[in-house]
Amino acid sequence: MGGVKQFLSHFFVTGPFEIGGDVSIGLVSLAILFVLTRYKLWGWLWRNWLTSVDHKKIGIMYMLAALLMLFRGGVDALMIRTQLALPNSQFLGAEHYDQIFTTHGTIMILFMAMPFIFAMMNIVVPLQLGARDVAFPYLNAISFWLFFFGAMLLNISFVIGGSPDAGWVNYPPLAELQFSPGPGDNFYLLSILISGIGSVATGINFLVTILKMRAPGMSLMKMPMFSWAVFATCIDIIFAFPALTIALGLEFADRILGAHFFTLTGGGNPMMYVNLFWMWGHPEVYIVILPAFGIYSEVVATFARKRLFGYTAMVTSLMLIAIASYFVWLHHFFTMGAGADVNTFFAIASMFIAIPTGVKIFNWLFTMFRGRIRMTIPMMWVLAFIPNFVIGGSTGVMLAAAPADYQYHNSYFLVAHFHQVLIGGVVYGMLAGMYYWWPKMFGFILEERFAKWGFWLFNIGFYVCFMPQYPLGLMGMTRRMYTYPAGLGWTSLNMISTVGAFVMGIGFIFIVLNILSSIRHPVKDTTGDPWDARTLEWSLPSPAPHYNFARIPVIDSRDQWWEMKQKGMTKPDDSTPLAPIHMPKNSGKPFIMGVLFFIAGFGFVFNWYVLAGLGLLGVIITLFARSFDYDTDYYIPVDEVKHSEAAFGRS
Amino acid sequence: MAVDVNHSVVKSADHGTMLEYSTEDGALKILGFWFFLAQDMILFACLFATYLILHNRTAGGPSAMQLFDVPGFAAETFILLTSSFTYGIATFQMRNNRLKSMLIWMGITVLLGLSFVSLELKEFITYVLQGATISRSAFLSAFFTLVGTHGLHVTLGIFWMISVMIQLVKRGLTPVTARKAFIVGLYWHFLDVIWVFIFTVVYLTGVMK
Repeated sequence: MGGVKQFLSHFFVTGPFEIGGDVSIGLVSLAILFVLTRYKLWGWLWRNWLTSVDHKKIGIMYMLAALLMLFRGGVDALMIRTQLALPNSQFLGAEHYDQIFTTHGTIMILFMAMPFIFAMMNIVVPLQLGARDVAFPYLNAISFWLFFFGAMLLNISFVIGGSPDAGWVNYPPLAELQFSPGPGDNFYLLSILISGIGSVATGINFLVTILKMRAPGMSLMKMPMFSWAVFATCIDIIFAFPALTIALGLEFADRILGAHFFTLTGGGNPMMYVNLFWMWGHPEVYIVILPAFGIYSEVVATFARKRLFGYTAMVTSLMLIAIASYFVWLHHFFTMGAGADVNTFFAIASMFIAIPTGVKIFNWLFTMFRGRIRMTIPMMWVLAFIPNFVIGGSTGVMLAAAPADYQYHNSYFLVAHFHQVLIGGVVYGMLAGMYYWWPKMFGFILEERFAKWGFWLFNIGFYVCFMPQYPLGLMGMTRRMYTYPAGLGWTSLNMISTVGAFVMGIGFIFIVLNILSSIRHPVKDTTGDPWDARTLEWSLPSPAPHYNFARIPVIDSRDQWWEMKQKGMTKPDDSTPLAPIHMPKNSGKPFIMGVLFFIAGFGFVFNWYVLAGLGLLGVIITLFARSFDYDTDYYIPVDEVKHSEAAFGRS
Repeated sequence: MAVDVNHSVVKSADHGTMLEYSTEDGALKILGFWFFLAQDMILFACLFATYLILHNRTAGGPSAMQLFDVPGFAAETFILLTSSFTYGIATFQMRNNRLKSMLIWMGITVLLGLSFVSLELKEFITYVLQGATISRSAFLSAFFTLVGTHGLHVTLGIFWMISVMIQLVKRGLTPVTARKAFIVGLYWHFLDVIWVFIFTVVYLTGVMK
């Protein structure tokens, strides 16, 4: 009995926040179970969502997960800021503080930004290309469930076993077994390894989709800019993620097999990890920012009612950024002391990236120049992004100057810089995309009143929170600092920053309220084209039917739908006869595979190798079961297509 | 998937009338697999880089020179290269629509793959019994991880190939089974290419000092 008690006290983390976490997780789970059972929704959930291979539904699930993770990561952020508001604060314990900043970073990059871009890719790309789904819909579902269960694995660490606390970069030797015993660090490694498999699969999936499934007539140079951005992102995903897999895999081998890759003894070399990590890590920031650039391009052109300025330059700069992103990783650790020659190369390469990025900023401005701009919510997020990103980019160039970086390195100056590009760039972009494509996803428009409150609070809160951090960094405050003594002159700036963080938090609440109130009082989008937009997805009804296009359109210009409207068309050409539509069947296997990966991961976290082995065996059995399954697709008969098109007032 | 029925049989000029490319779905999956191989190549590139950084860090333990056994790795190399050739013949027989002969050559490939894996396991066990385990030194960690990752790939390939053979027996040569056989072949040849680099970077440079 005593043994069980001791085991449980290690297994479940105890502390006021954790017990709060336990209670709220328990209550929310019970509420979900109750609602699903009370309204008999289990079958609906399984048939329509958990087993779906429809890219639009997978995209919506990615988006909901990303918003949830934004909430979780945001709560972490507020706890960090509360701890730092006053000197000598004891609000959080030091160890707990380390866990919070670690999970904040990990969740925001890997389990918020990544699923948010995957959400937008899934919802939009096939519709923009005139395709009926992605190239590999079944694989797409696997990607989602691996992400989802990877994220769950990291999140339960808060209440079971203890969270990782070696920072989101998880550098050795701190992250090695010697200095981080216990399961916390394994949670980090396993959750990212599992979701990483899904990310690579998504990269491959969308690259093939974009290369091979564009509607007839859509040459690459007639492809909408968002799809171009996704194309560049996919190249980065495919060629960058393996480096992360190896970095984390080798660290994992150090921890469970006693290997000596990054240890201080046995000939290991910790800097090898840092190099491998950032060979992924730098392309990763472009992986998340490029789709946001794509969204800005679509939104600006629509609401300025002009063709996107400098399409070719936009494509060129996207590809330049995608490729140059592989030659800058060392700027994350100039202070390693690689020598002036190496640092010079990486400093110049990093500064070079400012050129194509600047080209893009100017092209968005020129698109707006003399346009008839409509101040809708998506457009407001774009307009807020531009000054934000210009400041973030300029401080980035300051950081890229290697000699000066010895001063800025790992200070709050850096913290302010990367939050400015990641929030001002990526999060603003994803929110713009969410507001812009929301009607296409759900068939109604998000109302503007709360949305504007959310926008202004979040934006003002952003500057109040992060501008003080630049001077704090210059005054010597370093990143990941648990607390600081009074009398350094940091107190008022820290307090201001904390106030700003809470204003952003209130802004987020308004965005959630905005969504809830719009669900209660939806403004229906009956035309399918509420913004008078330019690209193909707006030629479809909202929400789009599950087969997307009854007839695959033939493309002859970049802004295909806009040009069709100029010719007086109000819906796509429906004079040609319909044909049966070939579609993939739903499958429960991707979900099951996610569960099995979760079980295997959980086993590895606690070094329960029998459980881990069983999980992996299950994964392999599922893979072979799929291989032997030949009943994977079906045809929608013409009558059914006719019937469902008629419901949209089309034929 | 999700391809317009009118386009489902695309005869691409590049690929003539090859069965595996005869449906759009097949062509998409083959292209997707090429991208998978590209990312797998980067994965191995990172392992090679790690090995090159760590291969002299023996921490007082055995070095490559002391461990590697020339006849052993020469035999592994010979067997794996031959298996790539025999799979090439299997693909050739598939193109000529000779299912039985194709299955025989696939079977030979599987046997060669099994002997490769057994030899590698024997090699690993010999090292471990000499005290050269993965936790002995950074060099050995990098060695076992690089060569072992390749060995795991080969092991998975063997099971995969057997499953494709079963499907070929059950369903004959169809666009779907031909595509599966072609893709497992791509995978097998890719592992052969990786082995050529392991042979050169790990074994040859290890014993030639």
